[in-house]
Amino acid sequence: MNAVYQTLQTSDNSADKATDRDVSAPLLDIRNLFVRFYTDTGVVHAVNGLNLSLSKGKSLGFVGETGAGKTTTALATLQLIPSPPGEMKGEIFFEGRDVMKMTEPEKRAFRGGKIAMIFQDPMTSLNPIMTVEEQIMEMVELHAAAVNPRERAREMLTLVGIRPERGKDYPHQLSGGMRQRVGIAIALACEPDLLIADEPTTALDVTIQAQVIDLIKKLQSSVRTSLLLITHDLGIVAEICDDVAIMYAGRLVEAADLRQLYKRPLHPYTRGLFDAVPRLDSDPNEKLAVIPGLTPDPTNLPEGCGFSPRCPRARPICREKSCGMREYEPGHFVDCHFPLESRGDGQ
Amino acid sequence: MNNITENITENMTGKAVAKGGSARGHSMWHYTFIRLRRNYLAMIGLVVILLLILTAVFAERIAPYGYSAQDYMMIRKPPSPKHLLGTDEFGRDVLSRLIYGSRVSLQVGFIAVSIALAAGGMIGAVAGYFGGKIDNLLMRIMDVQLAIPTILLAIVISSVLGPGLFNLMIAVGITAIPRFARLMRASVLSVKNTEFIEAARAMGASHMRVILLYILPNCMAPLIVQATINVANAILFAATLSFLGLGVQPPYPEWGGMLSAARPYLRSNAYLSIFPGLAIMITIVALNCVGDGLRDALDPKQKR
Repeated sequence: MNAVYQTLQTSDNSADKATDRDVSAPLLDIRNLFVRFYTDTGVVHAVNGLNLSLSKGKSLGFVGETGAGKTTTALATLQLIPSPPGEMKGEIFFEGRDVMKMTEPEKRAFRGGKIAMIFQDPMTSLNPIMTVEEQIMEMVELHAAAVNPRERAREMLTLVGIRPERGKDYPHQLSGGMRQRVGIAIALACEPDLLIADEPTTALDVTIQAQVIDLIKKLQSSVRTSLLLITHDLGIVAEICDDVAIMYAGRLVEAADLRQLYKRPLHPYTRGLFDAVPRLDSDPNEKLAVIPGLTPDPTNLPEGCGFSPRCPRARPICREKSCGMREYEPGHFVDCHFPLESRGDGQ
Repeated sequence: MNNITENITENMTGKAVAKGGSARGHSMWHYTFIRLRRNYLAMIGLVVILLLILTAVFAERIAPYGYSAQDYMMIRKPPSPKHLLGTDEFGRDVLSRLIYGSRVSLQVGFIAVSIALAAGGMIGAVAGYFGGKIDNLLMRIMDVQLAIPTILLAIVISSVLGPGLFNLMIAVGITAIPRFARLMRASVLSVKNTEFIEAARAMGASHMRVILLYILPNCMAPLIVQATINVANAILFAATLSFLGLGVQPPYPEWGGMLSAARPYLRSNAYLSIFPGLAIMITIVALNCVGDGLRDALDPKQKR
């Protein structure tokens, strides 16, 4: 099993870092990332000490509730956190280089060229007054000067299953699924090393979801890019991803290989997520299982473990300090004092 | 990889063919014009404005007399076959003066609005995009200007600069700046936070590129409408200033100035005021019709 999660609690774990980068340098390595937003209502702690890494060619499912900080992490990776209200701390290594220390032109070359992103809502993520072909050409012109942009744009349209003639159309002339495919075409036009898909199917209906997921899966293997898939949908993760990371209130709570995690969720939160998924064979009149309570207010996070106020297994120590990531079994990391011992019955 | 492509293409092309309309590769302006054409009030307005522009351009050829040609035998004569719209107190042909006057009105209208659009648009774009202190400073200055009555401001500006066509344009232009600045700022703010701007940044586009290629073109629609309607306002305003004697100086005709000159003869020779008034009215109604039509045609909710 190729689990690549590190148990780095603090950034001064220098020995670990050095060896890590030499041996199997992961493509993306986020260490102890903090993102805060200073707003009128208080400081929003969006990401709190996140450690995450992803190796080349792999796909990672990044799962969590709305407001857990998934998108913020993605934007931080691209260095697109708006700076006056936002503040970033920590290190983000991409191919061994610290993204935070790049100059502005370097960052621009890196966005789109190295890491491309597919956005959640295809209705709003395309420029309404540019033809789709021109929008793909934008990406090519910014990053691959040698290629003929128009040819490349048509090639990409064909690749995502849109006839190249339709490149002359404006986004409003395309359906939601087609627009999302255009988004994918834009993202993959310069063959990035990492593709971040931010809930690419949330705004689409179920049949189109399947098409888009299939497309991402196929293209990911043919273009050989790594994938960071942000989603709420555990089913989609099971279909595409190699590894899974579960995020809650700005931290990872559990990370493992797909099989391990689905077979045996260790964190009570992960378990709660699986229990909340409706099953085909369950009684339709039966109420869905829910995790009691709400996600904590990011301006006022609880002491200790972020999940403790909602956790059925919480004990006094949970409210004092969080456990920190530890390797419970090889390749399976969990941030819980009292992980579930029993076999979980995930899907 | 080829296999995939073929497969997917097969799946999709059926749909694509069905959906692919006949109108392909046309710009936003093309669609706007198609929608504008359905609105016949706007089309009438457009025709009137085109005729006015032609009149202004070919004034020398069309006008039966020169604008300052006097005929002492024909002082304040009502319309007749020789002078279709009558003559004024100096025996000058009113029709010819109206035709020459269209030059001033149209120039003032379009140039003053261009000044306001350029300055206001720039101020608004900067304030909206950068936000924070710059935004506050610029918008408060605009608020102060809005608090001063426009007519007073224009009188002050044109009396400081002195009367004359060019100064008139500047005065009218300056008074219209805040409206454009506020409108531009509002549309920049609404466009700035959309996902496609974030997508463009994630694509590696620089701030400059984002502003020029993404934000400004997307903000144009409301500004164009505002500009069209403002041309009418500017013409009216220029007429007002000329009426007060701050605009174009005699003997060159200006519609507002002609109205002003005709005032003493309102009872005896009403046509002297009626015709310039009608000219102003027709122009402004036409411009407003086009403005309204454009607003409807550019409304994205009407797409399809």
